Parts: sequence; C-alpha cells; structure tokens
Amino acid sequence: MTISSDEILETIEMIERECLDVRTVTMGISLLDCSHPDVGVAGKNILAKIERLAGKLGATARGIEMDYGIPIINTRISITPISQVVAGGDKAGFVHIADCLDEAARRVGVNFIGGFSALVQKGFTHQDRALIEAIPEALSRTERVCSSVNVASTRAGINMDAVKIMGQVIKETARLTSDRDGLGCAKLVVFANAVDDNPFMAGAFHGVGEPECVVNIGVSGPGVVRAAVADARGKNLGEIAAIIKKVGFKITRMGELVGREISKRLNVEFGILDVSLAPTPAVGDSVAEILEAMGIERVGAPGSTAALALLNDAMKKGGAFASSYVGGLSGAFIPVSEDQGMIRAAREGVLSLDKLEAMTSVCSVGLDMVAIPGETPAETISAIIADEAAIGVINNKTTAVRIIPVPGKTVGDTAHFGGLLGEAPVIPVSKLSSKEFIDRGGRIPAPIQGMKN
Amino acid sequence: MSESRVVVTVIGPDRIGIVADVATLLARQNANILDINQKVMGGDIFAMTMLTDMKKTAVDFAELKRLLEEKGAELGLKIHAQHEDIFKFMHRI
Repeated sequence: MTISSDEILETIEMIERECLDVRTVTMGISLLDCSHPDVGVAGKNILAKIERLAGKLGATARGIEMDYGIPIINTRISITPISQVVAGGDKAGFVHIADCLDEAARRVGVNFIGGFSALVQKGFTHQDRALIEAIPEALSRTERVCSSVNVASTRAGINMDAVKIMGQVIKETARLTSDRDGLGCAKLVVFANAVDDNPFMAGAFHGVGEPECVVNIGVSGPGVVRAAVADARGKNLGEIAAIIKKVGFKITRMGELVGREISKRLNVEFGILDVSLAPTPAVGDSVAEILEAMGIERVGAPGSTAALALLNDAMKKGGAFASSYVGGLSGAFIPVSEDQGMIRAAREGVLSLDKLEAMTSVCSVGLDMVAIPGETPAETISAIIADEAAIGVINNKTTAVRIIPVPGKTVGDTAHFGGLLGEAPVIPVSKLSSKEFIDRGGRIPAPIQGMKN
Repeated sequence: MSESRVVVTVIGPDRIGIVADVATLLARQNANILDINQKVMGGDIFAMTMLTDMKKTAVDFAELKRLLEEKGAELGLKIHAQHEDIFKFMHRI
C-alpha cells in the first residue's frame, strides 16, 4: 500500500474526532448579464441564471462527501455586487431583488447567498446609495441573503461618509430584527480591502474581475490544529509554527482535492482555496483554544495577539504550498459568537473589544460576530468601523466589522443567533463620544502605503 | 485517478473474527483486497486498514458503503469506506 496505515488512521481521526471538514463550497456567479432597466425583469434574469448554474451544486457536493468520506458542511453562492447589476433601482427595487436572491437560494438549496453588496471605498453611485438604503429591510425580510459594503481600501483611503452611514444601517438592521436579537446584523459585513474571491459568509461576493462562474473552497479545521499543538508540550514556538504549517498543509490538500473534483464534476472553473481556520460553536472546533493550547490562559490575555499572529502566518505558509491557487481571506477567523473559547473568555470579561481590535491586526479578517449593547450610538459603531478600516488600509490587509448592537440587551446579557452563528455575550463599548469626528465625513486619503507603483 | 480503489477502515473494540467478518462481506460483493494492515492498539482497540479494488463489485459504491456501515453497527465498530485519493492527496505530494 502506498499510503501507510498510520497515515490513514491519522486522516480518520482528524475527521471523526477533530472536526476536520470542508466548511464551504461556494459557487461564484457573475450576474452582470442579468442587468435590466426594469427591476422585475432583472429579478427574473437573476433567478433563472442562478438556478441554471447552481442547480446541481448541492447534489454534487453530497456525492463528493460520500466518495471521500469528508464532510462538506455548506454549499453557498456568491454573486456580483448587486449594486453593479441593477441599473436604476431605487430602495424598493433593491428590496425586490433581495427577495429574488432569497428565493433563488431556497430553490437551489444553499443556506446563504452573498453579494447584496456595494463597493464604495471612493464614493457612491446612485445605485450604491439605493442598495445601502435597502439593506436593513432586505436583511430583515430575507433568510439567506448576506450583505457587505466595502468602505475603504489601501488604494482609495477610507470613505468616511460611507462609514457614517453604515453605523446607521447597522442600528436600523438591528432594530428591524429586534425580535431575533438583531440577527440581521450577523448577515452584514463592513469591509476594508474586501477580496473578490472569498468563499466564506457573510462577506462573500463575486468580484467584477472574476469569471462567469467559478467554485471556491473554504477549508477549516481548528480542532486538528488544536490537537496537534496540545500534543506538542515542551516545544518552543518555532517548533509550534512548524507543526501548524504541516497541519495546514494537510488540511489544504484535502480542500484542493475537493475543489478539483467538484470543478470537474460541475464543469466549472476551480477558483481558489481559502485556507482559513473557521471555528464553529461545536466543542473543540475553536481557534481560541489553539491559542490557549499554546499557553495563553484565556484568549484575550497578554500574548494573545502574538499567538494569533504565529497561527495565522503558519496556516498561510502551510496552505500556500499545498494548493495551486490559494486566495480568499486565508488565515484564522476570530468570530466571537461562533467559537466556544471566545464565548467563554467574553463571558468571563477577559476578552475586551480593545483586545479584539488588536488581534484583528494580525488575524485574517476583523471584528467578527461581536455583540454590543443595543443602546450604543450609531456614531460609536461608525467610529469602531473607522478604526478597523484604518488597521486594514495601513497594513494592506482585509479587515471587517460584523457587529451586533443587540436591541434591549446590555453587558452581561447573551444574544442568541442559533445554528452556526452561535451566541454571544454582550461586551462593553466605550461610553466616550466620537460623534464630532464621524459627523465631519469626507474621505481619509489613501495612505503612502497605497502608492506602490 | 484510479477511481475503483477504496480504502476500508475498521476501528473499535477488539474481538475474535473481525477480519473474517469484514473480508467475507467484501468477498460476497466481489471486492478484491489488495493490501491489508491490522493491529491492536493499547491492548484493546482494533484498527485495520484495507486497500480494496471495487472494479468488479456487484453493487455501486454507495450501496457497498451502506453494507459496510451496517456490518460495523452489528459488530460495534466504525467502518469507513473512502476513495484512496483523499489519503494520497493529504499525505503525498
């Protein structure tokens, strides 16, 4: 046998005991050709195209799952940022399109569809404004639609008018979904340096430079990395980095196989593999616990940022060698509500918003699934977005804010979102005002780092 | 890719006759065993990996997988059947 018995058993153990899985197979679909001045017609075009291209996505993924014995947790769809598709739409028009997207997702059997999005890092088109205005209603009345808005980039700077509006949009989305602890906000991401090929929700969209149709794969496996680090008692951090790199390689290879196979079976181009450690609320499937296995008493303690930096970088290095096309966000996610270790630390009061912000400068994305008091002013949320965008813009990385001001709840309460979105203890936010700063608006110029040519 | 090559893994509490039971099932379905490796870990956990060729099996892969899982449940063991490529991809460059 070319493969040893030990290697086979190692793979089985990763899948059975350490929650190794392919987190998402995301089909990216260009909707640019669905545009029509009449939103009714545009909606029909969109529905027809998604059904035609993604109709077999779920069944194909289940076939691969059976053949290789590797769980594929989600199938999803990402689409062209919808503000670029619907010409001349007003708020009501975009809400109608959101309904069509929700229906399309239901018909093809995917749990999320991402791309109810606008890219406004340098300014708004009329459609961008209308789409952003439609976000709260769209997210409150649909189940599967995910929205994202890119407000900043290293090349364009930070659109502070958009940052201001997004604070209000988040508050309004929370208000309209107050019966579900502000669930709408869990489907809304505000980005800096958003990427075109991210397969993970809620921030996935199919960038305009992408092909007609593509499949992107998101692998995961925090449990596998945690187990490997936990076994490495007494090893120094250089050795830990090497161990994580090896695990990252193996996880990525599995995703690469699934990506190639699904691309072949669907006759759709294989886009990228996103080498991300994405936690779930399942016990043991936690990024925080990897940091704790390295010797941090609780995530949020001093040392957490360094430990996360090591982890994020080692994952990238292991993954880069294992796949022909690594892309997306690739690294480690730190969503509070979806990670048992993060939830525990937040509940114990040892994981603050400030420490989370510091950690986002070295993780793969940003402030993710953070529940804050419902009474937090919109300007404060905007200011949190501005800080996060600044970290991304200056450091040439993607950052994001997915924050939930939980209506009627305050510090000490817990917001419940259900399923993969989990639950989050409400954590405190500074009571100091940033209103005057946010009200200034305008555009923070692109930093010197953006002038690379 | 040799799509007919399937790795069968059997893990669980040791007892007499596991190899015989699983091999009999595979033989009945006309699956050819190419390689077999078995050990008892820590004194009581049985672990076996088999490389099999399913080219001439009477039933399709899904059905064979179901039969093996059923046999596993009967014997109190976990039996997996997976295409060989998952292991090749993960452990070989």
